[in-house]
Amino acid sequence: MEALTKQTLSDQSEKQVSQIVSGAEALLLGLLEEGVDTIFGYPGGAIMPIYDALYGYQDRLRHILVRHEQGATHAAQGYARVTGKTGVVFATSGPGATNLITGIADAQIDSTPMVCITGQVATPLLGTDAFQETDVLGISMPVTKWNYQVTDVTELPEVIAKAFFIARTGRPGPVLIDITKDVQFAKFEYTYKKCEKIRSYAPYPKVNNDDIEAAAKLINAAKKPYILAGHGILISGAQKELLAVAEKAGVPVASTLLGLSAFPCNHPLYVGYLGMHGNYGPNVKTNECDLLIAIGMRFDDRVTGDLKTYARQAKVIHIEIDPSEIDKNVKTTVAINADAKAALKALLPKLKENKHDKWVNEFRECDKIEYEKVVNKALHPAEGGLLMAEVVNVISEMTKGEAIVVTDVGQHQMATSRYYKYNTTDSNVTSGGLGTMGFALPAAMGAKIGRPDKQVVAIIGDGGFQMTLQELGTIFQFNIGAKIVILNNSFLGMVRQWQQLFFDKRYSATEMTNPDFVAIARGFYINAAKVSLREELKQSIQTMLDHNGPYLLEVVVEKEENVFPMVPAGDSVGNIRLE
Amino acid sequence: MEHPNGYSTEVKLFVISVLTENKSGLLNAITIIFTRRKINIESINVSESEVAGVSRYTIVVKITRERAEKLVKQVRKLIEVLGAFLYEEEETHFQELALYKVPLEPFLNDSNNRIEKLIRDNFARILVIEREYIIIEKTGRKSETQKLFEELKAYGVSEFVRSGRISISKSKRRTETFLKELEELSANSLVKE
Repeated sequence: MEALTKQTLSDQSEKQVSQIVSGAEALLLGLLEEGVDTIFGYPGGAIMPIYDALYGYQDRLRHILVRHEQGATHAAQGYARVTGKTGVVFATSGPGATNLITGIADAQIDSTPMVCITGQVATPLLGTDAFQETDVLGISMPVTKWNYQVTDVTELPEVIAKAFFIARTGRPGPVLIDITKDVQFAKFEYTYKKCEKIRSYAPYPKVNNDDIEAAAKLINAAKKPYILAGHGILISGAQKELLAVAEKAGVPVASTLLGLSAFPCNHPLYVGYLGMHGNYGPNVKTNECDLLIAIGMRFDDRVTGDLKTYARQAKVIHIEIDPSEIDKNVKTTVAINADAKAALKALLPKLKENKHDKWVNEFRECDKIEYEKVVNKALHPAEGGLLMAEVVNVISEMTKGEAIVVTDVGQHQMATSRYYKYNTTDSNVTSGGLGTMGFALPAAMGAKIGRPDKQVVAIIGDGGFQMTLQELGTIFQFNIGAKIVILNNSFLGMVRQWQQLFFDKRYSATEMTNPDFVAIARGFYINAAKVSLREELKQSIQTMLDHNGPYLLEVVVEKEENVFPMVPAGDSVGNIRLE
Repeated sequence: MEHPNGYSTEVKLFVISVLTENKSGLLNAITIIFTRRKINIESINVSESEVAGVSRYTIVVKITRERAEKLVKQVRKLIEVLGAFLYEEEETHFQELALYKVPLEPFLNDSNNRIEKLIRDNFARILVIEREYIIIEKTGRKSETQKLFEELKAYGVSEFVRSGRISISKSKRRTETFLKELEELSANSLVKE
């Protein structure tokens, strides 16, 4: 720490006149310096001085009192994902801090900028098993980008500045700062300087021109080039650059789960969604292309399936800001270790204008097969109960693909990723890497607070909804106008689907006897309705979308519906099953 | 044996040398990277380097090159890690230190000076002589310190301890030069283009 302190201090001029404040107040002043206006949190003993200071800052810092600390993390994630700003969370020591862990782990694996502030018992009590004392640094270490415990109040401003710098730069991620209670009380001479440099941290590696030349050469020579667009496009704001590169070189673009909405779904070069429940063409063509151009994605096993048979025929260009992701799962021909936007900008002038109509058409041929075998049946069932796909499709049409869509984890998530036609960017919020059930409801709250101008629709399964439904209390208290759609099949549907396909239909612990969701919503004074008939679906969705304020719509869907296509876990993407 | 991705499947000793800021908790942050991947650390040593405020970790692991390379990339990801370098054993000079506590009594009755000869032959030395015991010190490779341990067993070794390996790479790079280059690199990669 000392070495770092010297480093950053020497490089910067002092901007602010010092003032005598408590550690608690210094934290709030630091947050204001970092442009924070919203905090998601929950008070408790060890963070009381900070909450006391917050009382005097209510005009500048809006605090959203969640109903469980996990909800604060997911709300901060939702907020961060739609605004690009860093989400901020407050929690107390002990159980308050441990309740953050799921959300922190989720933010880590899905590269979401978040700063969590936890209160801690007073410094002399550390390690004594004091009331609500837990080793939150130790617990959060493997799931944070950086963490630090402040036991000396004079360190606090610099640590806050570092926290925000680390959380939002490079590959973003969660940072946890643990502040002992004595530090929150202690008075000191406060000055704030933004962190601009850490010598051991190089967040934006410079684009190497040799790599760009080599990549351009491969792209210009390729007969069947294929772009896989990931979350990195959204994080770096490279949507325009991606569009320009794809159009100039005539390259089809598929999206990962977290990359959805980075490339418009109605674009002629967009070929669909990748992965286990992705579209047919994007999966099988991975094993037929001659050049794979992966941008801001990490070749997750849900995208690649069996690595031994994944794109073995293709040369691979990997544009990725995190060097540890390069060559981790898929060996690259050309690696560009840089921010996606910078890399694509450098690449564009080196590319020849090109078209690959025949190759793009091969995807369209696949689409026809998928439409006939899967999509048509899913969107236009002849009879039976409502299907998830048709509900998502109606929501997609009625919102013109312009809503921010927040999903939980499971079948409804895959149905949404497949059938929602994203036409505006930064509008897909989901728990990808960690697959956290219970993510959607609080994340939708955060998304709506971050983008009150947008229609925010949370699509959630009946299982996931019940993991964090207490946040309806937050939604009511702060009148957060998110729309909540529960696709209720009275099953943990994805697990049931696996049990059906791979465990001989032994439905172990997956059937749910559910409560009256409408009554629950109404208990929180939130308007709600239930629909199960096809002819009433559109009207009930319209009523929900038109409602001013939060609204919950329970949609009863077919009990044993499966999501297809499907690449069975560990199988080759080429063996994608259509039924 | 070669894996389809071009890596050798041979398991061998690698030395990972890590330069870090001197920050508490970092040892834990580094070792959990190994724990999570179920990689056993054969030996680990942490000390201050020749540059003030900079610690040097020497970690020995027995894994494949592919795993070792990926591991080093994960270590580099930690914010306070200044640099992490992967070496095969032959690319480093290394030593370990061992201490042996042996009862004094056999020495007193050692008319043929067998123990003295043992110490001399092994290039060890006597560190302390106390009323009840003596402590012998030896530096060397693991096989060498182990050999002395086996030979001293006959006289009763009441305590034996061996340090982690410390090693210095054969490369000519100076730590200070590396840090300077690093400063330039981080200064040039602070902002998004």
